[in-house]
Amino acid sequence: MTSASDPHMAADDVLLSVEGVSLRFGGVKALSDVSFNIRKGEIRAIIGPNGAGKTSMLNCINGFYYPSEGRITFKGKTRRKMRPHEAARGGIARTFQNVALFKSMSTLDNIMAGRSLKMKANFFWQLFRYGPALREEVVHRRSVEEIIDFLQIPHIRRTPVGKLPYGLQKRVELGRALAMEPDLLLLDEPMAGMNLEEKEDMSRFILEVNQQFGTTIALIEHDIGVVMDLSDRVVVLEYGRKIADGTPQEVKSDPRVIDAYLGIPH
Amino acid sequence: MDVLYKVLIEPFVFMGEAPDLLLQTLWEGLVSGVLYALIALGFVLIFKASGVFNFAQGIMVVFAALTLVGLYEKGVPALLALVLAGAVMLLLAFAVERIILRPLVNQPDIILFMATFGLTYLLIGLGELIFGGSPKEMITGALYLPQGTTELTLLGGPVRFQHLDIAAAIIASIIIAILAVFFSKTRIGRALRAVADSHKAALSVGISLNQIWVIVWFAAGIVALVAGIMWGARSGVSFSLQIIALKALPVLILGGFTSIPGAIIGGLIVGIGEKIGEFYWGPLLGGGIDTWLAYVIALLFLLYRPQGLFGERIIERI
Repeated sequence: MTSASDPHMAADDVLLSVEGVSLRFGGVKALSDVSFNIRKGEIRAIIGPNGAGKTSMLNCINGFYYPSEGRITFKGKTRRKMRPHEAARGGIARTFQNVALFKSMSTLDNIMAGRSLKMKANFFWQLFRYGPALREEVVHRRSVEEIIDFLQIPHIRRTPVGKLPYGLQKRVELGRALAMEPDLLLLDEPMAGMNLEEKEDMSRFILEVNQQFGTTIALIEHDIGVVMDLSDRVVVLEYGRKIADGTPQEVKSDPRVIDAYLGIPH
Repeated sequence: MDVLYKVLIEPFVFMGEAPDLLLQTLWEGLVSGVLYALIALGFVLIFKASGVFNFAQGIMVVFAALTLVGLYEKGVPALLALVLAGAVMLLLAFAVERIILRPLVNQPDIILFMATFGLTYLLIGLGELIFGGSPKEMITGALYLPQGTTELTLLGGPVRFQHLDIAAAIIASIIIAILAVFFSKTRIGRALRAVADSHKAALSVGISLNQIWVIVWFAAGIVALVAGIMWGARSGVSFSLQIIALKALPVLILGGFTSIPGAIIGGLIVGIGEKIGEFYWGPLLGGGIDTWLAYVIALLFLLYRPQGLFGERIIERI
């Protein structure tokens, strides 16, 4: 695993950089002048108290929100505005805080939906589900089965996901994001509401995704123990501002972070 | 007792005595059932993908058929007119997405519903302006749709099959089958169901809402065109044709607004039910009961199974 202090780490290893991003909703400033970067292959955690702007940050990165000011550079391309499906096309996948699945569809169909962008057969082939459309369907079905095996959920393949327990829903959602074979995977509280065992499973999957597929991951998480174990570098937000950035060790001993979490004024 | 006998016994005795008449009635019910299913499918497509009950579906049927006949009357060859009518429905799909759906995204459903009312009157006005308000004949011959009748002796009596009805049933069944497979087993079909379930999740996997909306409105437009041709061939092309779309309402209530198999089964139940009801029980009530029977059946369904036969179970979390 890479670490922030690696001497050979060069600037061109940066996958995504956020520069001076601010986000306003009317008079409310959700983010002000936040800058940080995400390097290729690392697990980057974004932490902070409730309402610190963590999810807003993810929403800016994958195009749900347009930053009011600042720039986001992904894979060397800078932009002010990008629509969510364009972000997805560029290789950014994500999961959501409160699980956003296609509830009436099966696990299989949910994960297949994650491969929408990889499938190219045109409307008319698809209308008759023949020729290229059928071949494509078979190829992608195979990779979806691999993901299902990887996440150890073959038994719920055909279950409508709305009927699954919460922990498994989170896993299916991860599967759907993985199906996109993303360059950058954004995980919004992947372990929220899980019990200890489920958290351990999820942590293992996240690490394996990072190590086996080399996927860069940015995650928001409240469980500080998990964050310290998983992440290479941590950025800390409070009231929409960045208050610390560094390795888990550095961040843990930063007095501003301790204050933010314990609420002690300077 | 006499009334009970007439309601509960006599019709069945009659069915048994003249099975050829029963077969004839069933066949007619089947044909109109398939066409109801086709029209209901137009509603289901749009309802699934954009959560809108498209009040304009009925006028889309008329508008598509009018475009076809109108172009033919202006000297365009029939098959070219058919393709052009399809193109007009595509254009309509793009316009609806750009002008109605996109600006109204995230508005309450009732607002979108009202917008489809607006669309209805717009299409009525546009249709009258371009093609005139007088009823037209469907160009059955020019489209190579068969005419004439075959009479077979079945179950001891003559049963008549109109060729047009046979063609209508076959074409409608093929279209329904294609759409059913398309929406359950292909990328676009999955994307469509995905959009119906969660906009933000669909966006996050790279599905473009705008593209999906155009596709479903186009599919609904094509379904409307076929329904318009078939229904127009039976009863002429006029603005009064749009009321057949109201017949799709009981079909949808029976089948559930989101279910394609439901639309098919519901269509058949309504089609066959109203023909049988009219033929065997109609005379007891002075006839004409096929105009309201379907709604009564739908009403009973609403009382006991409001989500329809195949609709998703309604579970309210409190």
